[in-house]
Amino acid sequence: MKKFLAATAATALMAGTAFADGHSSEIKIGVILGFTGPIESLTPAMADGAELAMKEVTDSGKLLGGTAVTPVRADSTCIDAAAATAAAERLITSDGVKGIMGADCSGVTGAILANVALANGMVMISPSATSPGLSTAEDNGLFFRTAPSDARQGVVMTEVLMEEGINEVAVTYTNNDYGKGLADSFQAAFESAGGTVTINAAHEDGKADYSAEVGALAAAGGDRLVVAGYVDQGGSGIVRAALDSGAFDTFHFPDGMIGAKLEENFGDEIDGSTGQHPGTDSAGAAKYTDMVGGAFDATSPFSPESYDAAALIMLAMQAAGSSEPGDYKATVMDVANAPGEQIFPGELAKALDILAGGGDIDYVGATAVELIGPGESAGNYRQIVVEGGKITTSKYR
Amino acid sequence: MDFLNAFIVLANFVLVPAIAYGSQLALGALGVTMIYGILRFSNFAHGDTMAFGAMVTILVTWWMQSVGVSFGPLPTALLALPFGLLGCAALVLFTDRVVYRFYRAQKAKPVILVIVSMGVMFIMNGLVRFIIGPNDQRFADGERFIISVREFKQLTGLREGLAIKTTQGITVVTAVIVVLLLFWFLNKTRTGKSMRAYSDNEDLALLSGIDPERVVMVTWLIVAALATIAGVLYGLDKTFKPFTYFQLLLPIFASAIVGGLGNPLGAIAGGFVIAFSEVTITYAWKKVLKYALPENLEPSSLVQLLSTDYKFAVSFVILVIVLLFRPTGLFKGKAF
Repeated sequence: MKKFLAATAATALMAGTAFADGHSSEIKIGVILGFTGPIESLTPAMADGAELAMKEVTDSGKLLGGTAVTPVRADSTCIDAAAATAAAERLITSDGVKGIMGADCSGVTGAILANVALANGMVMISPSATSPGLSTAEDNGLFFRTAPSDARQGVVMTEVLMEEGINEVAVTYTNNDYGKGLADSFQAAFESAGGTVTINAAHEDGKADYSAEVGALAAAGGDRLVVAGYVDQGGSGIVRAALDSGAFDTFHFPDGMIGAKLEENFGDEIDGSTGQHPGTDSAGAAKYTDMVGGAFDATSPFSPESYDAAALIMLAMQAAGSSEPGDYKATVMDVANAPGEQIFPGELAKALDILAGGGDIDYVGATAVELIGPGESAGNYRQIVVEGGKITTSKYR
Repeated sequence: MDFLNAFIVLANFVLVPAIAYGSQLALGALGVTMIYGILRFSNFAHGDTMAFGAMVTILVTWWMQSVGVSFGPLPTALLALPFGLLGCAALVLFTDRVVYRFYRAQKAKPVILVIVSMGVMFIMNGLVRFIIGPNDQRFADGERFIISVREFKQLTGLREGLAIKTTQGITVVTAVIVVLLLFWFLNKTRTGKSMRAYSDNEDLALLSGIDPERVVMVTWLIVAALATIAGVLYGLDKTFKPFTYFQLLLPIFASAIVGGLGNPLGAIAGGFVIAFSEVTITYAWKKVLKYALPENLEPSSLVQLLSTDYKFAVSFVILVIVLLFRPTGLFKGKAF
C-alpha cells in the first residue's frame, strides 16, 4: 500500500510538471511536408529552414515571455490526401500544435485546409503550395502562403519565353492540382500574349517509359517543351525520352523541376534550357544563405519560403500576445506587410522586441515577403538558364 | 508529299520504341507461358522475379563499375548478367522447394497455386525493395546511341532524325537469340522434348519414365533466365524501379493471354501485338500525315485516337476482344 501511494504521488507530480511544461514554456509548431513522395529531395532543406527560424526564436528567449518553440514533423506525402489529412489530424489532436508550417504540394494542402484546419481553427502557412485554386478556397482567414500563386508564375513564364523570342511551345504537366493549375494558367497567359501552345498534355508520375507521351508532344511540335512536372518523378522521364528521340533539345522548367537532381540527371544535355522558381535577390536571401552556412542547401527551392512561413507564425503570435490560432490569425498580415521596421533573416529577436514594445514591423525575410489578396505572396522569381550542365541565375524578376 | 521523312518520323516515334518494348514483353510473356504450360498455373510473381534478377545484375554491375571493369561501348550489365541469372535461379529454386513443391505434392488446384504465387509476389516485392530500395536506379553505361538524331540528320541530310539507342539494339538482338535458343531447346533436345511431353499429358509422361522433379527444375531454371534477361533489358532501356516491374505484370499477362497461354509462339506474337497497339493507338499522327499527304489534305488537329493516359487500357481492350472472339488466344493455347 505504501508503495502504491508513493507511485501515485510520483505520477501525479510528474503529470503536474508535464502539464505546467505544456502551457508556460513550450509552443509546438507542426512542420508538415512530403518527406516521402515526389518532392522528397526538396523537403529536407525546407524543414531545416523552418526549424532554423524556430531555433532562432527559442534561443532569443523573447517569444511571449521566453517560450520555447519545438517543431513536430509530419509526412504529407505530397500526393496522398488521406495520409496527409491523418498526419495533420495527429499533429493537432495528439501533439497539440499551435500552428502548421505547411503543407507543401497544392493537392494535399487543400485537403488539410478543408478537412482539418478549418474544423479545428488552425492557422496554416504553406511555403510551396502554388495552385491558383487555393486563392479562392474557403479558409476563414486561417490560410496563408509565402509562395505566390501559379497564376503569377504563368505570367512570369510567359515573359521569360517571350523575351527569348519563343512563340510556340508544347506543354506537358504532371496530372495533379499543381501541374494542371500551372499548365492552364500558363496557357492562358501565353496565348493572351500572342503565343501558341501546340499541345497541353498530362503525364502520369511513376512510369518507366514516356516514349508514347513524347511521341504526341513531338507530333504537335514547338520551339521548346514546357515541363510542369516533378524532377524526382515523371518530369525527368519526359525530358529523358524527349532528348533520346530528338523531339526537343531545349526545355523550360517551372519550380517543381528545378533541383540538384536536374543537373545530376542531364548535365550539359539540356544546355540552353530556361526556367524559373520563386526566389529573390533581396538582401534577405543572401543573409539567409550566410546564416545557414553549410548546414543545408539554403538555395534549394522553397527553403527560404519555409523559414519565412515559420517566422511569420511566431511573429504573429508575438503581435497578438497569444499562441492561440484564433487570436493570432488576424495579425499575420500586419507583421508581414508595411508599415513598420523591415526585418531580415537573423533579426527575429529584434522583431520580437519591437512587437513586445507595441511597435510595428514589416517582415521582409529571406524572400521579400509581401502578402497580398487572400494572404499569398506577391511573388518574386529567380530566372535560371542551364549553362555547361549547371543551373545558373540569369536574373530576378 | 514526302514518304521518306514520314517513314523516318514513324520509325523514330513508333516502330523503334514499339519493337524494343514488344521484345521485352515477349520475353516476359514467354516466362509466364512456360509456367502455365508446364506447371499449370498463372505465376503472378513473374514481374517481381524479373525485378529480383535485374536487381542482382545491378548490384554486380555496380561492383564491376567500382573496380573498373567495363565492356567497351556495350553496357557493363551484360557482363553481370550471368550473375543475375545465377541469383535469380537460386531464388526461384528455393521458392519452389519451400512453397510450390508442397502444393504440387497435394495436387492443389491451379486456382490455389495462383493465390500462392500472389503471396510469393508480395514477398519478392518486399525483398527487392528491402535490398535495393524503392527508388529509381541507374546502371546503364557505355555508348548511349547506335545512331543519334543529330548524326542521322548529318548522315542523310533529311529533315527528320532517327535515334536508335544502344539498349534498344541490344534488346532486339538478345531477344532474337534467346527465342531461337529456347525453341531449339524445346524441339531438339531430349530434356526439351520431355518437357513438352509432360506439358501435353502428365500421366503418360510419368509412365514413359520422365522424372517430374527434373522437368520442374529445368522449367524454373529457364523461367529464371527469361525473367532476368527481360528484367535487365527493360531496366537498361528504361529505368529500374521495383514498382514499374509490378505494373509490367499487366501487359505481360495480356500478351501471354492474347497469344494463347501455354503457347511460346503466341507469347511472342502477343508481346508485339500489345506493344504496337499501345504505341500506335495513342500516337499523334499529325507529323506523319503532314509528310505523307498532299498539302491540301494536311490535318490541323493532332490526329490522336486516344490520349496517352489510356495506354494501359488499350491492352485490356484487346484482351477482352480476343477473349470474346477467340477464347484460346490468337495461337491455340491450352487455356480455357
